[in-house]
Amino acid sequence: MPKSHLELSQLGISFPTPKGAFVALQNVNLDIAKGEFISLIGHSGCGKSTVLNLVAGLLQASSGGVILNQKEINAPGPERAVVFQNHSLLPWLSVYQNVELAVKQVFRSQKTKQEMRDWIEHNLALVQMSHARDKRPAEISGGMKQRVGIARALAMQPQVLLMDEPFGALDALTRAHLQDSLMEIQARLNNTVIMITHDVDEAVLLSDRIVMMTNGPAATIGEVLQIELPRPRNRIALADCPTYNHYRHQVLSFLYEKQRKVEVLPNAGSIKATAVAKTAEKRA
Amino acid sequence: MSTIPTQWSRVRRYLPAQQQLNNWLKQSFVSATGVAVFVLLWHILASQIITSLGSFPGPVQAAQQWSVLIAEHKAEKARETAFYQRQQQRNAATLAANPDAVVSVRPYNGRPTFFSQIVTSLYTVLTGFVLASLVAIPAGIVIGLSPRLYSAFNPLIQLFKPVSPLAWLPLVTILVSALYQSDTPLFARSFLVSVFTVSLCSLWPTLLNTIVGVSNISPDLQNVSRVLQLNWLTHVRRIVLPSAVPMIFTGLRLSLGIAWMVLIAAEMLAQNPGLGKFVWDEFQNGSSDSLSRICVAVLVIGLIGYALDRLMLQLQQRVNWDKSATLR
Ligand SMILES: Nc1ncnc2c1ncn2[C@@H]1O[C@H](COP(=O)(O)OP(=O)(O)O)[C@@H](O)[C@H]1O
Ligand SMILES: [Mg+2]
Repeated sequence: MPKSHLELSQLGISFPTPKGAFVALQNVNLDIAKGEFISLIGHSGCGKSTVLNLVAGLLQASSGGVILNQKEINAPGPERAVVFQNHSLLPWLSVYQNVELAVKQVFRSQKTKQEMRDWIEHNLALVQMSHARDKRPAEISGGMKQRVGIARALAMQPQVLLMDEPFGALDALTRAHLQDSLMEIQARLNNTVIMITHDVDEAVLLSDRIVMMTNGPAATIGEVLQIELPRPRNRIALADCPTYNHYRHQVLSFLYEKQRKVEVLPNAGSIKATAVAKTAEKRA
Repeated sequence: MSTIPTQWSRVRRYLPAQQQLNNWLKQSFVSATGVAVFVLLWHILASQIITSLGSFPGPVQAAQQWSVLIAEHKAEKARETAFYQRQQQRNAATLAANPDAVVSVRPYNGRPTFFSQIVTSLYTVLTGFVLASLVAIPAGIVIGLSPRLYSAFNPLIQLFKPVSPLAWLPLVTILVSALYQSDTPLFARSFLVSVFTVSLCSLWPTLLNTIVGVSNISPDLQNVSRVLQLNWLTHVRRIVLPSAVPMIFTGLRLSLGIAWMVLIAAEMLAQNPGLGKFVWDEFQNGSSDSLSRICVAVLVIGLIGYALDRLMLQLQQRVNWDKSATLR
């Protein structure tokens, strides 16, 4: 068996709270191959961001660990670039300067000034943002900001690209457009990607494997679904594809039947399973 | 074909400009009315109040004294020029008689006028303010970045922040005379006392606002910095400082306002050169014109304070990256 590229092994974390330790994750095990596209899906608050932050090194595991290329991860680093949920561009820098900050940091000793300039331009072109290179984040739309966030992450030439609901706040059209761009870029660069999403269609369309998480506390991986659809994938052709719909159905049934969200009603004090499937699907 | 849109865009461009002008005129009119009402009330009420120095001066007397102050300043300048001219002539004559003679130019020691006191006060307040900022901003960044340092310094800051300039002044005076002993002093002691008092009283708002600005950096941006593995200096320069700039400027503006108020009080109390001393001297003088001159001084002090605040606002607008922020 080949040694895995990225391995989450017995991963667990608990947060200290006023009411004692809160076990957020327990026993998360996952082997990810190089160039694989993984989606993390699960109900809100189950611990998806926590998994991502552990891989990023922004959080420290309480038990187990994350191993990248046979080395344990215990700090953040540019070889694991993060696309943050709310883009997190520096508002006082232009689009170009935001990417430049990352490129200078990573390639300071490897590229000449001209090479760095070309590389920044190249990555802005990749996400079709060259036209707005001198604009500040406040002057561009949400979708554009998210693209710049992706360009910044790609420009770091990361081994692993971590994305926390990258398209969550976007309208459907922009989202579809960015999903297509992401598929193209990933096919070309062959990055390993872990993406968190709420969107079942997005997960099926983009992923090689969908990792479905159980509800917290002590959340872990519930099921893993291998998506064996040929690439390049076309969203319109797939809409009528029975295999596609089968995958889609499996994810939906995991989320809304097996891991149906249990909500505590504050007044009744009793635990009631509420049919949140409808509202949750609307949210997704 | 294109005439209609072109004309329309011209109209559209014209409309807001016209509206802006109208708004501006309206606002100016309201402000002018406020000032006029104030002057009128001052005029009416002043004549009713009889003090030990005659009736309280109204706007007319104040305006008269304003011209007198200008005249006095011009006269003093003329005396100074004449003084130097006389010396020059005398020296020229000496040199003509004996080319090897050693000649010197003695400095003029005239009475400071109202306007030279303004210059002194401005110079002092700006020195004190710059000194305070040079201490408060770096200290605020370092303290704001470390929760432990913050816990250590917070009680001290809270303790010293409310101390009045009147309490600092004697201590600063004693310390300056004890520590600053030089045969050829670069600065007058009285100047240093004023500067340090101003600094001590005015550095707190900048310090506190810098600390708050620095410690409230968005966690997302901090994560960006961590993923990029920015070193401490780059982190401060590229992330911390820019995101704290709005708060730092809020502090700087408060500090400058305090610095100006403190300076006048310190000059009055310590008899240090400046506008405060001018007011105090006039008060001691106790002639019937003194009150009018003090009124002039009060107005000028207010106007300068206002001008300093506007200057800071301009600077803030230039430096602030958030151009959409409304600053007032
Ligand atoms: N720093 C923290 N301290 C305490 N609890 C936390 C912290 N971060 C996350 N949690 C808890 O861990 C759980 C998972 O959070 P998160 O990973 O953000 O969920 P998701 O991204 O799936 O919506 C939540 O119940 C959340 O309240
Ligand atoms: Mg999350």
